[in-house]
Amino acid sequence: MSGDHTSSVISARVRHVEALLERRGLLGSGEIDRRIDEFLAGGSPVNGARIVARAWVDPGFAGRLLADANAAIGEVGLSMAGGLQEQRLKVVANTADEHNVVVCTLCSCYPIALLGPSPGWYKSEAYRSRVVRDPRGVLRDLGFELPEGTRISVWDASAESRYMVVPCRPAGSEHLPEDRLAGLVTRKGLIGTAAV
Amino acid sequence: MTDLAPGVRVRTRTTDPDGHTRLPRYARGAVGVLVEEAGLHPLADDRARGRGGTPRPVWHVRFTAADLFGSGDHTVTVELWADYLAPIEEDA
Repeated sequence: MSGDHTSSVISARVRHVEALLERRGLLGSGEIDRRIDEFLAGGSPVNGARIVARAWVDPGFAGRLLADANAAIGEVGLSMAGGLQEQRLKVVANTADEHNVVVCTLCSCYPIALLGPSPGWYKSEAYRSRVVRDPRGVLRDLGFELPEGTRISVWDASAESRYMVVPCRPAGSEHLPEDRLAGLVTRKGLIGTAAV
Repeated sequence: MTDLAPGVRVRTRTTDPDGHTRLPRYARGAVGVLVEEAGLHPLADDRARGRGGTPRPVWHVRFTAADLFGSGDHTVTVELWADYLAPIEEDA
């Protein structure tokens, strides 16, 4: 299990393996850092926010997004193909009755291209182990009190898909243009641990 | 033998294999409902052992919290390789 990302034992082991691969010519010097930089370049919650704003103003886009997110995000110039392979994206939308929240209980899978690097608490054992069992309590601890009657759906990214939440459009935002709407969307909103 | 399709009820594997697997412990031996197929991917268990393997179906499987934990009114949708799943014959 990759539960403890800060373990110095694991870090030392990774460095050792990296050095061995470089010595045997299987890996160029500094190649891993370069690959990671390339993968992270452009990865930002601004991307997820743009997708959400388009979904709020364009019901047709919203429908395509929920049906086939990889194809739909191309309409706003985004892609999940920035890594070694294109990752499958699954987008789920909150409604007045149902709230979605995302976790990876096995490690910390996360759509970096659309949300940027994940917050520290997302990778914590506390969040990963508790949110599947008591999502309402975890959200409350994060300062987000859901109405009693709201159904909660937790999504565990335990295989190859990455997940993103379309939050409910805030009341009173009817007159805002798409770019201003995007400015309302937060990273926590895209994970499902806060309202927008 | 029931084919895997949306709406089919499945039970997850109960074995606890050595090494890497992607069936979370809390979802072992549990009954859930298939929601949708989530593409084809080589089995992570094989890849972790250095074996490539052919891509095989992955499913979104929805469990009720009550079935998983004995309490709670939410659902948990877990993404699982078909290898971890066995359909439940409804009339068996």
